[in-house]
Amino acid sequence: MMITIDASGLHYRKLNEQIRKALATGATEILIKNANGQRYIGTGISGNQRIVIEGTPGSDLAAFMDGLEIEVMGNAQDGVGNTMNAGRVIVHGNAGDVTGYGMRGGELFIRGDVGYRVGIHMKAYKEKQPVIVIGGRAGAFLGEYMAGGVILLLGLDLEPGREIVGNFCGTGMHGGTIFIRGEVEPYKLGKEVRVVEPTSEDEQFIADYVARFASYFGDDLSRIVAKPFKKLIPFNKRPYGNLYTPY
Amino acid sequence: MALSLLTPMFKVERDEELCIQCKVCMRQCVNGVHWYDEEEDRMRCDHKKCVGCHRCVVLCPTGALTVKKYPLEFRENAHWTLDYIRSIYLQAETGGILLTGMGNDRPYPVYWDHMVLNASQVTNPSIDPLREPMELKTYLGRKPKAVEIKNGKLAEKLPPQLELDVPIMFSAMSFGSISLNAVKSLAQAARETGTFFNTGEGGLHRDLYEYGANTIVQVASGRFGVDPDYLKAGAGIEIKIGQGAKPGIGGHLPGEKVGPEVSATRMIPLGSDAISPAPHHDIYSIEDLRQLIFSLKEATNYEKPVGVKIAAVHNVAAIASGIARAGADFVAIDGFRGGTGAAPLRTRDNVGIPIEFALAAVDERLRREGIRNEVSIVVGGSIRNSADVVKAIALGADAVYIGTAALIALGCHLCQKCNTGKCNWGIATQDPYLVKRLNPEIGARRAANLIRAWAHEIKELLGGMGINAIESLRGNRLMLRGIGLNEKELSILGIKAAGE
Repeated sequence: MMITIDASGLHYRKLNEQIRKALATGATEILIKNANGQRYIGTGISGNQRIVIEGTPGSDLAAFMDGLEIEVMGNAQDGVGNTMNAGRVIVHGNAGDVTGYGMRGGELFIRGDVGYRVGIHMKAYKEKQPVIVIGGRAGAFLGEYMAGGVILLLGLDLEPGREIVGNFCGTGMHGGTIFIRGEVEPYKLGKEVRVVEPTSEDEQFIADYVARFASYFGDDLSRIVAKPFKKLIPFNKRPYGNLYTPY
Repeated sequence: MALSLLTPMFKVERDEELCIQCKVCMRQCVNGVHWYDEEEDRMRCDHKKCVGCHRCVVLCPTGALTVKKYPLEFRENAHWTLDYIRSIYLQAETGGILLTGMGNDRPYPVYWDHMVLNASQVTNPSIDPLREPMELKTYLGRKPKAVEIKNGKLAEKLPPQLELDVPIMFSAMSFGSISLNAVKSLAQAARETGTFFNTGEGGLHRDLYEYGANTIVQVASGRFGVDPDYLKAGAGIEIKIGQGAKPGIGGHLPGEKVGPEVSATRMIPLGSDAISPAPHHDIYSIEDLRQLIFSLKEATNYEKPVGVKIAAVHNVAAIASGIARAGADFVAIDGFRGGTGAAPLRTRDNVGIPIEFALAAVDERLRREGIRNEVSIVVGGSIRNSADVVKAIALGADAVYIGTAALIALGCHLCQKCNTGKCNWGIATQDPYLVKRLNPEIGARRAANLIRAWAHEIKELLGGMGINAIESLRGNRLMLRGIGLNEKELSILGIKAAGE
């Protein structure tokens, strides 16, 4: 059952009430039209339904979300997938700062660019392995304090003079993996990470995710994988093990 | 290895006439102080390893042991005290940041001890709580400015509240910083006494979900163990911004404490460091804080109060006002004596302000702005006894958090070694051999006893003042007088001097 909600003029609390009500009464797909900055869409909701958003949803889209699929036809704001547990968010435009903060499961596919501190403190545990795929470029502190999961940064269609990632990439990282398509200058990396070549297993992982990325956004898969990837991993999972002295 | 210049902190004295070489001390001391000399058939000890936790003293069946401050004296020097000399030796040997546990132990003034309570004499009757009704019930949460009654019922639903039978809760201590048996003890004691324990930033162990109605779940910058089940499990949610023992810095549970149970509860890999960033990186302003508060309210369908915990710092009143305006249902303020599982020594001992001042300033500010009803105030970080609780409530608190006091009830002897994970009392450790020393049933009984004892004492003190409900004491600063305080201190505390 598909339900359409017109979000124009609706406060986020009313909109989210309507969404929760629609899901509770059996909607399997919700189309939200005219979203205009309403926060917390999909926040804290468990299920396996699908929400399509036309317009621009507000911050904390899919925060603490547990299982839904959300597709945003335009841009998203800050904190997409904040502490998300499971599910998928597909954003056709850009996403803002702290996208995927503390994410512990599920997937984010962002076609465009993302802001600062994306994937900060993502973590993995057993079967929960969060993944963020970014089509464009990322701001500074990508994957800061990263404790698990995977970030795939594609850097597609970079304008001349624009760089794929900002400074302090992976600073404080103590788990997980960042794959960057192309090269990244050493000065941009946090001192806790090192660059290695992807293994054949990694290549397969990248190919699978890029294929899905290409299918969501109608991109050419072969064009994307034609350029080699670099793999960023932490030196160890105890970066500050020797910093302290018991008094 | 180069010679260490460190001298022992404690001297273990054994009465050889009483000692029966039973080796209990040897088995009980995880620091390896005691050992058995087979050749001479006697117990010996290495004073240097003693941390002064008294486990051996308490468990010695013949009472043969005494632990004393090591009698070594440096040449007298008021400026270079033993602590400072010692820390330089340590840092010269290791190059590390000094790390410690528990709260600030420096001799700053304790303002609780500079305030005295009132009692009724002649002009109004005192009340005997043993024979007359006395109300300690406390509700934490946002209160409307006015209520409208229609047909004998509230016209509008009240915002969600936490209902406390006593105005004392167990403050946030994570599973990781303390043992599962310690958390279980507090959870069960909270249920028995009608109050709450707080998960801290360690997630909620599966065995503790049954205590949900008496649980405040914490969301801190590391977001450990935070998932929809966790948020819904508790009766309330607390966003941790800061901690009195370490304002402005994050947390760091070392990998060696992340065993299978901690790993499953925090949802992080075995042996991985659990790093909590200093700030929440989605909160750089009061507006951002509002965003997280309402994110959590949305995630729990507006059914649970959401509070914010901050450390008492210089500008605490303005910050608390911002927190109230950001939509928090309660603000928890942790004073500079608040405890910790691990904090850098210099931060613990030098950052933050006394809770007594912070509380007075916050309550005053919120009243002046006309928003005191919109947020409840919970204070922690130095509450040692029931009189401190009563003074805190008279200064304006709705309830208090106790952490250190609760752990002392479980057996802690304040050796301040929580950070090492070698707690002979089974409290601040994840070593299974040590953890089982703390029986959660006994721990729960002891912690519940403490709460009940304090509740009785609070009633006695209230009755003496002629007050029969804790509500009537809240912010009633006329019940307090200052002793040995200067004008400025009196004015910040908003109290008169004794005799005035």
